[in-house]
Amino acid sequence: MDWRRFGIIALVIIILFSAVVLIGKSQNSPIVIITSMLATTIAVATPLTLGALCGIYCERAGVVNIGIEGMMLGAAFFGWLASIYMNTLFHFSLMPSVIVGVIVAVLTGGLFALLHAALSITFKVDQIISGTVINILAIGITGFLNRQMFFGSGSVFGGNVPSAPGVLPSIRIPLLADIPTFGRMFDQQPITIAALVLVFVTHYVMFYTRWGLRTRAVGEHPRAADTVGINVIRMRYANVLIGGCLAGLGGAYFTLQSVPSFQPLMTNGRGFIALAAMIFGNWSPIGAWLAALVFGAAQALQINLQFFRELIPPQLAFLQNAYVVGLAPYILTMLILTGIVGKTIPPAADGIPYEK
Amino acid sequence: MRQPTEPFEASPSSLRRFLHAALDAMLVPLLAVLTAILVGGIIITLVGGNPFNAYRGLFGGAFGSLKALSETAVWATPYIFAGLAVAVAFKGGLFNIGAEGQLAFGAVAAAWVGYALPGLLTTDLPAFIHVPLAIGAGMLAGAIWGAIPGALKAYTGGHEVINTIMMNYIALNITSFLLNGPMRDPDPLNLSARTPEIAASAQFQPPFEGLRFHWGFVLALVVAVIIWWLVWKTTIGFEIRTTGANPDAAKYAGINVKRTIVLSMALSGMLAGMAGAIEVTALNYRHELGFSVGYGFDSIAIALLGKNHPLGVVLAAILFAAMRNGATRMQFLTQIPIDIISVIQGLILLFVAADVIVRYIYRVRAREDRVVLTRGWGG
Repeated sequence: MDWRRFGIIALVIIILFSAVVLIGKSQNSPIVIITSMLATTIAVATPLTLGALCGIYCERAGVVNIGIEGMMLGAAFFGWLASIYMNTLFHFSLMPSVIVGVIVAVLTGGLFALLHAALSITFKVDQIISGTVINILAIGITGFLNRQMFFGSGSVFGGNVPSAPGVLPSIRIPLLADIPTFGRMFDQQPITIAALVLVFVTHYVMFYTRWGLRTRAVGEHPRAADTVGINVIRMRYANVLIGGCLAGLGGAYFTLQSVPSFQPLMTNGRGFIALAAMIFGNWSPIGAWLAALVFGAAQALQINLQFFRELIPPQLAFLQNAYVVGLAPYILTMLILTGIVGKTIPPAADGIPYEK
Repeated sequence: MRQPTEPFEASPSSLRRFLHAALDAMLVPLLAVLTAILVGGIIITLVGGNPFNAYRGLFGGAFGSLKALSETAVWATPYIFAGLAVAVAFKGGLFNIGAEGQLAFGAVAAAWVGYALPGLLTTDLPAFIHVPLAIGAGMLAGAIWGAIPGALKAYTGGHEVINTIMMNYIALNITSFLLNGPMRDPDPLNLSARTPEIAASAQFQPPFEGLRFHWGFVLALVVAVIIWWLVWKTTIGFEIRTTGANPDAAKYAGINVKRTIVLSMALSGMLAGMAGAIEVTALNYRHELGFSVGYGFDSIAIALLGKNHPLGVVLAAILFAAMRNGATRMQFLTQIPIDIISVIQGLILLFVAADVIVRYIYRVRAREDRVVLTRGWGG
């Protein structure tokens, strides 16, 4: 993470935050608004962070993964489905149902990743096409099962959608969460906390362990890695699977942490934005996390502005329109990809199938 | 994946060779479709349905009557345009996932020219000017929306896959904004996000009473032939194909690679925009939010199934249209949700992309050349 990139991230976040502070300052004190923005930013950046980590494991090993979106969507659905099954059919209480849901979501991500690995590593299908297959299959399967199980007349739940048991309760980090006002930031739900921990775990694994060294070798120069006895195919499979499980956890965010319901297409491009965060962070976990925070801040702007709708001055009326404010993350993504923030260097063998 | 053989290259005397080449090129896609339908049948059985009834309903709904045939053609029209759009980009080595957004903007532009232009010019336009003007506006809007990610790719290296997807969301947001705000149908009875109806002079009247079949389908077939001619028989087409096959070689051969990339994407976007414009001028007579959901990904599957050849794209588009159209009747008869079609289409794409699996199952010999799109992110 170079300083210039860090500066840009800080600048964008400061601009987005001050916009909300300036609009809402007559109603709430700036400290309260900033804390609320920070808490929202960290929370909504969760799926982006996990998606970006998925991308890092895959691409550091030399496999491009644009199927993250589909992996998250599939995981969101099956995790949610599992929690409902546990709750309504086996009468588990909230926590065990939701925990089973999270586990199923992670496994679903892994299963989709296995398909991606098989297609792109074993069958050497073009990796972009393989990722697209994952995305289309995930949309089809979740849409089909969602309607088949919940809305058909002869469906499992007989046409009435059973309410999901609920979402993961938030965890107050002791001491930190007791700080007045600022404490809110440390009152987060489990998947968010897990994502933060995983950022640093991934950093350690990638840069300070033998596993990480081998992964990077396989992604930079697979033939050299093969020559010194590293099993290229096995390393790629393992990393894509780890990545898929992380994307699965990111998918669990949508239906088991954020809201207790599923909508078709609910991931809404987060998997692709996560890829942009990964690129902006130059394929490093901490950089990708900071980049994910920028997108989180753009989304937090949209969410927090809703509290101050009537305070928006008439010359900034466009900020009242959710469709206009909602453009921010997508335009940010495109700006980042143009390279105005400096060149990024992908792993040398990224996207190229290994032929022995 | 194999390059499509070029059936039209055959000399007129060798009809047999043409048929042989065409069949050869279609073998793997056909087997992929067959396999996907078999797996789809297994899924239908697993969720408690009867696959034979389901597929009978599907077939009847797609081809069983004159009305069904007409509806299949109506569905096929945007699929042919959008499939050609993706195929042209593929030929230029570019992956256009943005057909959805380009199509939406084409529809918005055509609708605007259709309902607002006579008022702005304070005069009525004759149909032979107004209809082409509306379609042209849609093509232009799509071309611009496609050229932007093309230019970003050519001049900054920003990968078109992410950029076209981002532009889909941007187009969706802007369209939602326009159709809920400035362009919303002011009719007091209107409750949905849609534009006013376009002027009668901008409406492409359907040829048959009582059927929704429209000239857009014929136009799509004509455009498919034009695209075949453009890509395989002209210098521009040669430059597009060369750039797609090997940008470095193209550069050494004196081709302006950057310009060709922008051109391929603009051409691709133009075709997608045309799909939207035709839906407005020939079918719906207005643009309504949410009508284009899913065309983007479907068109990728169509292009890949059709092996990026216009003839293949037309056949694949008709197949997909038949499935979409027949699905309603299938759902009515068997209660299997329409969404099973998306699963089957995903499976078709899977088996076309991983033709190794299909070749292994059916013991079809492979010829080693595959399409290359991924070379990292280009940085």
